[in-house]
Amino acid sequence: MLSAFWLVLKRDLLLALRRRSEIFTVLFFFLVVISLFPLGVGTEDKTLKQIAPGVVWIAALLASTLALERLFSSDYVDGTLEQLALAPQSMSVMVLAKMVAHWLLTGLPLVLISPLVGLFYHLPSHSIGVMMMVLLIGTPILSMIGAIGAALTLGLRGGGVLVSLLVLPFYLPVMVYGSGAIATSMQQGLSLQPYFMVLGAFALLAIVFSPLATAAALRISLE
Amino acid sequence: MKINWFKYAATINFYALAGRVIPFFWVAAVILITIGLYWGFFKTPDSLDNGMKEYYRIIFVHLGSVWMAMWLYIMMVFWALVGLVFNTKLSYMMASATSITGALLTVVALATGAIWGKTSWGTWWDWDPKLTTFLILLFIYIGYIALQSAIDDTRRSDKASAVLALVGLALVPVIYSAVNCPDPTQCSSLHQESSMKNIEPNIMKGIIFTTLGFWMYSFATILMRVRNIILQRERNTNWVSKLKEVN
Repeated sequence: MLSAFWLVLKRDLLLALRRRSEIFTVLFFFLVVISLFPLGVGTEDKTLKQIAPGVVWIAALLASTLALERLFSSDYVDGTLEQLALAPQSMSVMVLAKMVAHWLLTGLPLVLISPLVGLFYHLPSHSIGVMMMVLLIGTPILSMIGAIGAALTLGLRGGGVLVSLLVLPFYLPVMVYGSGAIATSMQQGLSLQPYFMVLGAFALLAIVFSPLATAAALRISLE
Repeated sequence: MKINWFKYAATINFYALAGRVIPFFWVAAVILITIGLYWGFFKTPDSLDNGMKEYYRIIFVHLGSVWMAMWLYIMMVFWALVGLVFNTKLSYMMASATSITGALLTVVALATGAIWGKTSWGTWWDWDPKLTTFLILLFIYIGYIALQSAIDDTRRSDKASAVLALVGLALVPVIYSAVNCPDPTQCSSLHQESSMKNIEPNIMKGIIFTTLGFWMYSFATILMRVRNIILQRERNTNWVSKLKEVN
């Protein structure tokens, strides 16, 4: 079972590394959204600090939904997905591997580039660290919830917009606590532990349930 | 006596049964809502202890639609689950018919809430937990309807939207707690806590009658919609072609 996990993970990473431009598209989309907000809302120091937590998360949510369509679609088109569904190994495990690969390719780069956002928005270095931490816990949840939506809308016309409509409401709790933690980190003497605990709980729940739901959704879409 | 539990799972039988009971639900809905509104408008005090004046009477529509919007979501998930477990096509049709009435009543709940908010809080909209959760509930209803109409193959659209409804049911409480306590260490909100316990008895009667009326209205519209869906999906079958044409 574990070998199936590693195989799918390695395969997905290898395929993506052969076409690196896709990784950078998501990353630059994230950066573009981030840099549009100050120009639209105002560039005062106070405003920037106030909107930074929400903006980072909204940009991350949008980037994540944009990347979702690619999660299963090419495997669906060339028939790989059907082979995975027929394989004797548990489909949930292989789906989890695909989610992990997806996160490594689209979520992790966002986490790594987020300090730049901190500089754009004049955040104190302490808050930048917190931002990286919450993104590190939060973006895998986005990939895992989003995978359910991607599986449900597999191969549909206009699936990209539809998947955003389906999963964005479900991203809300992650965004609330993720941006809450960054905002709280800018105030003195408040504990951040509750935020990390809640986000960690979400991440654990998502790891347990979303591969099951995604596998079920994929089987329906493949029928 | 042997009972055939699945007699009305057959669309042909259910179509006839629904056609017979719909008028009763309509009559019950009209009578109950009329009684409830009459009681609500003429038998209740003009102002409440907490300073609310005549305008609080929107509660008779607001509360009914709020409860129904939530109940119908649960009912929709119930039918979706029955469909996934027993693979009965009628259950999926029930779920899909329920979603439209549910979405509609969610809009009614939001609209009456906004009007009430304007008179009592002085603002149409506030990012209060209950309002926000209802907005999200509306989005989930819309997502369900959008997914269903995006898939041409009915078997797949039924099952896919059923899975979405289940995921939604699991996540709505999480969303509610997230908007209720954005700061995990403390909670507060503008919307009053539920005050059903110390409510004036006449107001209570009005609420109960209108809510029951809304139930009946929902049953009637859902059954009518199910009949439409049955006709649409089974238009090529023998029994549908033998139905009398109605103008």
